Amino acid sequence: MLKTVLAPRFAVPLVLAVLVVGLSFALPSNFYLRVAALVWISALAVIGLNLLMGYAGQVSLGHAGFFGIGAYAVAVLPAQFSLHPLLAALAGALAAGLLAYVVGRPILRLKGHYLAVATLGFGMLIAMTISNEAWLTGGPDGMPVERLTLLGWRVRGADTWYWITGGLLVIGAWIAGNLVASPTGRALRALHDSEVAARVAGIDVARAKLTVFVISAVYAAVAGAALALVNGFVTPDKANFMHSIELVTMVVLGGMGSILGSVAGAAILVVLPQVLTSFHDYEHMVLGLIMMVIMIVLRSGIVPGLASLLTGRRK
Amino acid sequence: MARFAKYLGGAALLAGAAFAWSTAASAETIKIGASLAVTGPASFLGDPEAKTLEMYVAKINEAGGVNGKQLELVVYDDSADANKARTFATRLVEDDEVVAVVGGSTTGTTMAMIPVFEDAGIPFISLAGAVVIIDPVKEFTFKTPHTDKMACEKIFADLKARGLAKVGLISGTGGFGKSMREQCVSVVGDYGIEIVADETYGPGDSDMTPQLTNIKNAAGLQAVVNPGFGQGPAIVTRNYKQLGIDVPLYQSHGVASKSFIELAGDAAEGVRLPASALLVADKLPDSDPQKSVVADYKAAYEEATGQPVSTFGGHAYDGLMILVEAMKRAGSEDPKAIRGEIEKTTGFMGTAGVVNMSADDHLGLDLTAFRMLEIKGGDWALAE
Repeated sequence: MLKTVLAPRFAVPLVLAVLVVGLSFALPSNFYLRVAALVWISALAVIGLNLLMGYAGQVSLGHAGFFGIGAYAVAVLPAQFSLHPLLAALAGALAAGLLAYVVGRPILRLKGHYLAVATLGFGMLIAMTISNEAWLTGGPDGMPVERLTLLGWRVRGADTWYWITGGLLVIGAWIAGNLVASPTGRALRALHDSEVAARVAGIDVARAKLTVFVISAVYAAVAGAALALVNGFVTPDKANFMHSIELVTMVVLGGMGSILGSVAGAAILVVLPQVLTSFHDYEHMVLGLIMMVIMIVLRSGIVPGLASLLTGRRK
Repeated sequence: MARFAKYLGGAALLAGAAFAWSTAASAETIKIGASLAVTGPASFLGDPEAKTLEMYVAKINEAGGVNGKQLELVVYDDSADANKARTFATRLVEDDEVVAVVGGSTTGTTMAMIPVFEDAGIPFISLAGAVVIIDPVKEFTFKTPHTDKMACEKIFADLKARGLAKVGLISGTGGFGKSMREQCVSVVGDYGIEIVADETYGPGDSDMTPQLTNIKNAAGLQAVVNPGFGQGPAIVTRNYKQLGIDVPLYQSHGVASKSFIELAGDAAEGVRLPASALLVADKLPDSDPQKSVVADYKAAYEEATGQPVSTFGGHAYDGLMILVEAMKRAGSEDPKAIRGEIEKTTGFMGTAGVVNMSADDHLGLDLTAFRMLEIKGGDWALAE
């Protein structure tokens, strides 16, 4: 029994659940709750991307595109077709998954830099579409998002969203943990280490890659939808290249192939800029410095790096 | 291991100290907030705005503050990211407990922040351009810059006065150009003017000759209007000259900076554009009621920063002064009282023009706020 509970796929969501509940008592005001909610949302997208990057060893520089699809689905669908925001979020996640499935087939045949460039181009296409189709998306200035109502109750306030996004994160981490422990997860790790060996072992490499690409796209879209609903407003910059890079940075900083690392990476990049505002002009310099120090000292990312330090297996 | 622990300990201490940094609200200061795009793609807006606010808050404090209390300004840099702006808006309300907010450099950040301030009941004076900010009117939201719709109206009024009725439009597809093009198309009918050509170009385009050739070939063309921002209009202006199009060219207030004249060179000669009086502060006749305000601001800004004055900093000046006057009239720092007094602002002379606000006009500027300028000899000149 204890062994089952301590298995990573149960332990990780448990740790996160304790973190979400514990922080809710520790955070003094709505501002801190909002920052925490932003961490949960980013972490959700980063977990998805980490499945792709950390486990399957494929890179995507266009993930903000999927994030944008989720965000704009809950902005556009309720406004244009009076769809309920929750259904719109579902539609956004489906659309992102479907798109990932369609473009994933040709794109995932590419490797290394070529894959990076192809996903980059794909992400830019989505960002450009969003900022150019002003009649639908409000263009570069963005558009408002209808507030979510559930059974006549208007969902608002940083504390409410803190719990909703925290719950989403725990569920996301639980699903990811299960996926990693499943045959698909083992197949992914195998193809991460050596595609040829994986193929020889009888793994359908193309299919495994496509599966994880679609799943990670859905994670990003759900995170995008959550952000749009929390903010009540969307702008195209959440779909653009810089946001893709931010997500990749969170994965690498937190630790590739670590679900808790995804949360740590997201937490660092969301919380630090808030902390560093007191440095005014030196904010970006200090942020860059901290990131560099982390990468130099903890080469494999925060969580895996600390774990190997604690167990004395220094790489 | 020890070395690592030192790093981590240091970082944790730093983070903890900064997070615990809560500037205790003292009864002797009035806190006002700002979230501006000081860095990033819109830093040309946020940077002069932040400098202006800091400079004038210091000046006001030197002169004794407001209602006998010192002002305390909290500025955050949202780098034009709407999500960051929203977080900073929450922070200003919840954590810093400001009584009023000036700023929001772009329309996107402003729109993202509005719900926070409306829910909290904190007066918010935006420095962004689009008309959606104040139309429909929101209880606590105001703005100081003239709208793109007013720029269109100013251009069309000038065209009408010159007897020109058939115009070609060439618009940038960036946020500014797109929004202004829509506004121009919506008001053009009021002036009996007809759009005979309607072309667009992308933000990164380096040659607009094809679009201009199409416009040149439009039957009965009498003038061309270029709603756009950044480098695009300078390229349009150069191509315009190269193609030898001889009808008048109108640019928008989006290019109202010296760098436009430098980029467009000789081709800029004779181009007209609507702009704030700030650009021609030293050329205004002494009888002009706006002269002292814009000349003083220009001198103060250029002395303090060593940089040429920009209209965007002027918007921040207007916002701060409207707020300060409202606080003086209200005699208190209650956000609701301040809001009520901001709405009653009448006859305020700012860098953008005379402001007369009312319950259904939270901008309060009229067309006289814009001056029609013409570029002559590589410098601005009043065309009226």
